[in-house]
Amino acid sequence: MPRFLGNILENLLGKPATVRYPFEKPEHVPGTRGEISFDMSKCDQCQDCERLCPSGAIEVDVEGKRIEWDPYRCIYCHLCVRSCMHEAITPLDNVQPPGYRLEKKVFEA
Amino acid sequence: MIPFGPQHPVLPEPIQLQFYVDEEKIVDVLPNIGYVHRGIERAMELNDYRRNIYLCERICGICNVIHGQTYARLIEKLTGTEVPIRARYLRTIWAEVARLQSHLLWLGLFAESIGFESLFMKIWRDREIVLELTEATNGHRIHMGTTVIGGVSKDLDERLRDRYLGDMDRLRKEVDDWGHVFVKDVAFREKTVGKGILPKKDAVHLGAVGPVIRGSGVPRDMRSNGYGVYGELDFEPVTHDGCDSYSRAMVRLDETYQSIDLVKRAIDQLSEGPLVEKNEGFPDGVAMVRSEQPRGECFYYGVGNGTIHLERCRIRTPTLPNIPPLLQMLIGHDVADIPTIVHSIDPCMSCTERVTYVEEAA
Repeated sequence: MPRFLGNILENLLGKPATVRYPFEKPEHVPGTRGEISFDMSKCDQCQDCERLCPSGAIEVDVEGKRIEWDPYRCIYCHLCVRSCMHEAITPLDNVQPPGYRLEKKVFEA
Repeated sequence: MIPFGPQHPVLPEPIQLQFYVDEEKIVDVLPNIGYVHRGIERAMELNDYRRNIYLCERICGICNVIHGQTYARLIEKLTGTEVPIRARYLRTIWAEVARLQSHLLWLGLFAESIGFESLFMKIWRDREIVLELTEATNGHRIHMGTTVIGGVSKDLDERLRDRYLGDMDRLRKEVDDWGHVFVKDVAFREKTVGKGILPKKDAVHLGAVGPVIRGSGVPRDMRSNGYGVYGELDFEPVTHDGCDSYSRAMVRLDETYQSIDLVKRAIDQLSEGPLVEKNEGFPDGVAMVRSEQPRGECFYYGVGNGTIHLERCRIRTPTLPNIPPLLQMLIGHDVADIPTIVHSIDPCMSCTERVTYVEEAA
């Protein structure tokens, strides 16, 4: 019985286990695999990231020196970050919030 | 004949069991699988071998860490890459953390299938300790994605190591708090002791794996082969001799304690060193690796041909060999015991299905 009481009191007086999104913003831990950003001054359009991307979220336009990245297809594995020979892809900590439209992010030289 | 599934409240994933009953007693069972075939093996042959690791992690949500590690071990064997010792320790720690969250999930669901709603809530609240730990490691709660071919992509710093040790102690205290319900509670014992009998001889003959065969008293566990660093952690498989649903639950409860100990021991022995060894060349030759998932033995067979694609990759997940023993367990029991017995093998159908057989009308 005392064991029960402890549990009941903990449930009554304790904080809620969940974050009350969208009233509270969840905190992302440092080192979270979040969005990626391309540095087009370093990129030489070798298309390694496009070939390796497991979900096909990256499209490289070699002629136009332009990269399209789809945050809604991306599975945030950061294989592109590790594979880039010129270290042109910077990993960020923030995670893409939900949106109303499926918009791609465009990086241009 | 009574159909059970493919959609049933106790089953999270679709499998159909057709029961032939004599009043309340089950006389015969026919399984019917193939509802969630996804064509993963074919996709693995078409993909670049470096991309496949993320596909393998998505075969099963719960066992994702160990699927990724098994595939990485297969490619390391095919390319002859030696994994650094620190990476092997980290892989073992994360595999055991994944096992912990899977076993806590199963214990909660098993309690719920018997009717213990509050115990289910309590166990799942304690599972949050483990999930928050994985989130603190890399920002993701279930899909860790920390394994790369040749090593791991994340590290444990001093702060995280202390947090792992502290949280493991906290979890052990919480498991002590509710573990005795599984051992002693009358209602739980009524529903499980002597139900779903799988004798030792049948378990071996039908090829059961994981907690199902260990619940029948056979100490068969792939971790005792010593892959990763299990050889250095004094690993001993947990067995129980009851051969029933109760023994299988006890194996999982004891393995929860064992995993907590293994994580703590591995963190104590963690040495400094590099995290990744770069793999050179393309997979060539034939290789086979086995590892122990929370549900049992997982088998990967791969054929490489020296190109960027694998010639063939065969995956056998632990639910498939556990289906024939399940059919054996069910015969002779009451219809009311079906949910607990089906649940006692921890079925995970979506990872199991590899080939769909379509019968064409003549």
